[in-house]
Amino acid sequence: MSSVKYPKEQLKCWGKAKTLRENYYRDYAEAHDKGGIRWAGGAWSFDAIPSGLGEDVWCLTGEPYGATVAFNKDLALECQEAIETKGFARDLCSYMRNYWGSVILNKYAWPEFSKEFPKPDFMWQDHICCSHAKWYQVASDLEGGIPMFSVDVSVGPYEGLTESKINYIVGQMHDGIKWLKKQTGREYDDELLIKAVYNEFRSCHYWAAICELNKTIPAPLDEKTMYSLYVLGTLRKSSQWTADFYEKELYPEVKSRVERGIAAVENEQCRIMTDTQPPWAFLKVFRYLEKYGCVSIGSLYTFSLIGLWEDKEDGTWGPRTIPDIEITNRDEALRALAEWNLSKPEWQHFYHPKLKSEMMIRIAREWKLNGVLLHFNRGCEGLSLGIAENRLAIQKAGFPVMPFEGNMGDEREFDLTKTMIRIDAFMESLGMKKLVE
Amino acid sequence: MTTIGIDLGAKNTKVVVIKDSKILATSSVLSGFDQSASAEEALKKALNKAGMTREEIKHITATGAGMDAISFASDKVTEISANARGISAIFPTVRTVIDVGAEEGRAIRLKEDGKVIDFGINEKCAAGAGAFTEAMARALEVDLEKMGEMSLKSSKAVPMNAQCTIFAESEVVSLIHQKTPKEDIIRAVHDAIADRITSMARRVGIEKDVALVGGVANNIGFIDSMKRNLGFEVLVPKDPVAPEFISAYGAALIAQDKVIGG
Repeated sequence: MSSVKYPKEQLKCWGKAKTLRENYYRDYAEAHDKGGIRWAGGAWSFDAIPSGLGEDVWCLTGEPYGATVAFNKDLALECQEAIETKGFARDLCSYMRNYWGSVILNKYAWPEFSKEFPKPDFMWQDHICCSHAKWYQVASDLEGGIPMFSVDVSVGPYEGLTESKINYIVGQMHDGIKWLKKQTGREYDDELLIKAVYNEFRSCHYWAAICELNKTIPAPLDEKTMYSLYVLGTLRKSSQWTADFYEKELYPEVKSRVERGIAAVENEQCRIMTDTQPPWAFLKVFRYLEKYGCVSIGSLYTFSLIGLWEDKEDGTWGPRTIPDIEITNRDEALRALAEWNLSKPEWQHFYHPKLKSEMMIRIAREWKLNGVLLHFNRGCEGLSLGIAENRLAIQKAGFPVMPFEGNMGDEREFDLTKTMIRIDAFMESLGMKKLVE
Repeated sequence: MTTIGIDLGAKNTKVVVIKDSKILATSSVLSGFDQSASAEEALKKALNKAGMTREEIKHITATGAGMDAISFASDKVTEISANARGISAIFPTVRTVIDVGAEEGRAIRLKEDGKVIDFGINEKCAAGAGAFTEAMARALEVDLEKMGEMSLKSSKAVPMNAQCTIFAESEVVSLIHQKTPKEDIIRAVHDAIADRITSMARRVGIEKDVALVGGVANNIGFIDSMKRNLGFEVLVPKDPVAPEFISAYGAALIAQDKVIGG
């Protein structure tokens, strides 16, 4: 190919990431065989807290599970039709519908690990978007009444954080631990909690540090690849395996790619970012962009669903520094955990689209973008909230924007051909020519 | 130098032959199920009109929903770029192009040099496109070609609330039962499309001058509704080509640009 500008190389730790993900779904399915505990909840739940129940506690986070179902078009359709037959509306969160469908069909998205949907022993959730707590309330009903605890985290944006807001969340966390002990009949180990909190600091810091490396031209990672890597943080951000993988394997490898000029897209000539979850069944859109030498360097979504960020002294956006604190007891651990999570960028824009626009424009500038693709995602009201406002703000900041409609988990609401035609028009308007037919 | 632009649209396939930017011939045929055969037929027709052979053509640029089916094309461009190029050649002052075809509506905002700044396309819905007028013409038992003229005779604006072709059709049926004059119903149909299209165009940002292109721009009733909705006059190409040929004309000009630019 004559348009090759940069060397390309397969990620060495790719296989390890895949194995970690498979182990996660297998361990959850087989937890009871090992005398362990299973719990279900959101990717944003405080997963460090149930860690105090023991090292034989495994979880299933709903959003990545919903995305896994979405990737399997046949299963997704089966799940959606099943839940619609039950009378649930088609415009609800599509991850939630995929999850519920999987429950009522009693089918696990990983049949090699379990033919049946593995029921959790309890549900541990937090509530930030309009669907989070409701998701598990309904799931609990569908599964015959699984005990559920949800922490309300909607205390407003991080810039207005006060001690009383942290107290509000920490109080619920303390109650939650009492509830966990009662539900499981187990003692609670604060040392395991503290260890999990430190792991979460590392996972969130290093994922952001990895994304920061994508400021480099050529970008060492493309977003399609990043989806398979960031997911580990959404599965269990407080685990030793996620933190170690990000810190000790992925970060050094991506750093080395930057030092050696290794590109994710070997003919990179155009840089974009996307927004919100992609239509999971159609990730080929990203490969189509590559025909134009266009790399998607990520998005606020991929950067900050798990990654935490802060303003650096030079004015740039970088990974939030791991708190230099010694945690000695449960209360300190919970306070640190609450404060850490409340700074999550992806939680901010539930309060005002302006907060999201500012972060997106910052990415567009610092990651040196040519344009932005916005997914008007009908499957996620939470993350699509205010996206039309974001579009206007990004355009005003001087970056061309291409919106496209779709759904992260329901392929019936996405038109691949039309989206590709739209990409052609957008690329033409950016002055880009197709380098590969 | 002679070049050709071919626009394989959802309903019609249009060809424009140009020589040194001047139009030599145009042709239009129905885009049948066999798109490739329709493209061949339209090309043959246009070449016959121009009195030329295919060997005399330097470059053929394809555009339109079915452009991938045109195997004889030298290259292809999207309708967005083709429309932008075509309209800029005819009306250099235009900053917003509104294209209403059989199945799609588009709004394109242009820079002073005719380059595209932003664009919007209607999503999975015929209510902002020509197919909507056709469906309503059937429901009203009126010839499609007479719709424009009849709606100009309307004396009353009738609101049409439905945002979807299917529901709008039942609304039209209800209006018929209420003995609403056909002229008023037809105007309501045009107002509904205009409303939908302008709301999409407003998202892209409307800047004067505004040009209306695509097959539906031949409908004087629709043009009237658009003027009312926008609150100002719109430009509709007539000479050297009719509005439905703008994409093909733009593609022919792009083909010429490519030959000149190498």
